Amino acid sequence: MNDAILEILSEDSRRTPEEIAVMLDADVDDVRQKIKELEEKKAIVKYNTIVNWDKVQREYVTAFIEVKVTPQRDLGFDAIAERIYKFPEVKSVYLMSGDFDLAVMVEGRSMKEVAFFVAEKLAVLDSVVSTTTHFVLKKYKTDGVILEGDEKDYRQVIVP
Amino acid sequence: MNLKNKIAARVKDVPPSGIRKFFDIASEMEGVISLGVGEPDFVTPWNVREACIYSLEKGMTYYTSNWGMLELRKAISTYLSRRFGVDYKPENEIIVTVGASEAIDLALRAILDPEDEVLIPDPSYVAYMPCVRFCGGKAVAIECRVEDGFRIMPEQLKKSITPKTKALILPYPNNPTGGIMTREDLEAIAEVLRDTDIIIISDEIYAELTYEQKHVSITSIPDMKERTVLINGFSKAFAMTGWRLGYAAGHSDLIGAMVKIHQYTTLCASIMAQVAALEALNSGLEDDFASVEYMVRQYNRRRKVMVNGFREIGLDCFEPMGAFYVFPSIKKTGMTSEEFCEKLLMDQKVAVVPGTAFGSSGEGFVRCSYAYSIENINEAIRRIGNFLKKL
Repeated sequence: MNDAILEILSEDSRRTPEEIAVMLDADVDDVRQKIKELEEKKAIVKYNTIVNWDKVQREYVTAFIEVKVTPQRDLGFDAIAERIYKFPEVKSVYLMSGDFDLAVMVEGRSMKEVAFFVAEKLAVLDSVVSTTTHFVLKKYKTDGVILEGDEKDYRQVIVP
Repeated sequence: MNLKNKIAARVKDVPPSGIRKFFDIASEMEGVISLGVGEPDFVTPWNVREACIYSLEKGMTYYTSNWGMLELRKAISTYLSRRFGVDYKPENEIIVTVGASEAIDLALRAILDPEDEVLIPDPSYVAYMPCVRFCGGKAVAIECRVEDGFRIMPEQLKKSITPKTKALILPYPNNPTGGIMTREDLEAIAEVLRDTDIIIISDEIYAELTYEQKHVSITSIPDMKERTVLINGFSKAFAMTGWRLGYAAGHSDLIGAMVKIHQYTTLCASIMAQVAALEALNSGLEDDFASVEYMVRQYNRRRKVMVNGFREIGLDCFEPMGAFYVFPSIKKTGMTSEEFCEKLLMDQKVAVVPGTAFGSSGEGFVRCSYAYSIENINEAIRRIGNFLKKL
């Protein structure tokens, strides 16, 4: 049942335990209990909303920054990753294979603000060897959701 | 010139589709919530669409073999064996058709002589009766009742058989009722048919869409395979309705006769659709049909939401175990199916299909499809609830 609950909630986190219980033919208290357990063990981390910020008047830019670092003895990449992800401007941090080490997504109100963040906060960290900043121009799909897709139902109204 | 007089009697005699009338009204109306569609709301998976685009870029724009591409027939053969445990030779026991619809037509045309009788469970998909009559055959309805789960009961079948009975159409999982036939049910039918030489046309287009139990093909029941034309296609399970691609599998004598008609009337199914279908099967055989399984999980949840919703607003509702339809009874409203549908459409702008479109035994029922988003389903149930309250 956990897999099914997670599938339903990952598609729409507003589904209530009552609705999920109907969908899975399960007892609503059982569903509530399972959700609670999943929340407690952090399998469900948070209930977020995917926002298409382009639809509202809010100036913001996102940058994807390739960061090369020197791993530290005993701590590997974890310590430097932690120092980076603690900045609130940083939306995500991934350890990568390939030409660079950390992929850092940063959000700011302007390109200047992001550039300053990189120059003053990120690049100056001891273990950071180099950074390459790429600004996001348009988001087409984020977290599995197509932001400006064609949602029209092309079907006829009645089909046998 | 009176052109109406020029139309062949067997065409003129077939009444126009019961769905047509509603379609015309509903499609003109603004703000209609429809539960009237017999096709998936999922778009064909991208890898399948992409394979078709690539084939066009490569220049695959030709006819294929009359039978369909051998590679596709091989994949169909593997698929049928893997998913339903039935074995057919790709060389001469499988034909690729323009939708399962063409396969139904071919099977009937291949076997029917004038006056031959074909047994058709009622209610059933709208095309069987007209196709039989276009061949000059006689369609004989077998009444299926809600209390029997809309299955064909062996006594009922036995009673309907005459010396002229040529074939039985076996459409399970069923459109419009959502009824299925279990292995036991099929064994009982097989028991009746064993002493006859009646051909079975088994329309298994909804075979992948069963809930809580796997579909059983009658061809897996002893002695039944030789006499059966198994029909299936890509529309429902792979969300490929508009591609028009289906197939039939059966004894080489039957399939050979169908190919004979197909080669002169259609030549072959479109190569683009065949290439796409091949990708649908190959990718499915690789990942155990993960995208089919995903769609089935979604349908199953919507099914429960709809059945539960109807029961809560006071409609008696048979629990469908296959396809993507719920077939609630509207008998307590005192209205006929057509009246109910028309008034519901006018009053609440909800389009459902009268059960009578699928045969006279559909009277007192309406077909509601759950190939829609949960939001759409909930809104439709809310409106139907309002409609019932006002009665």
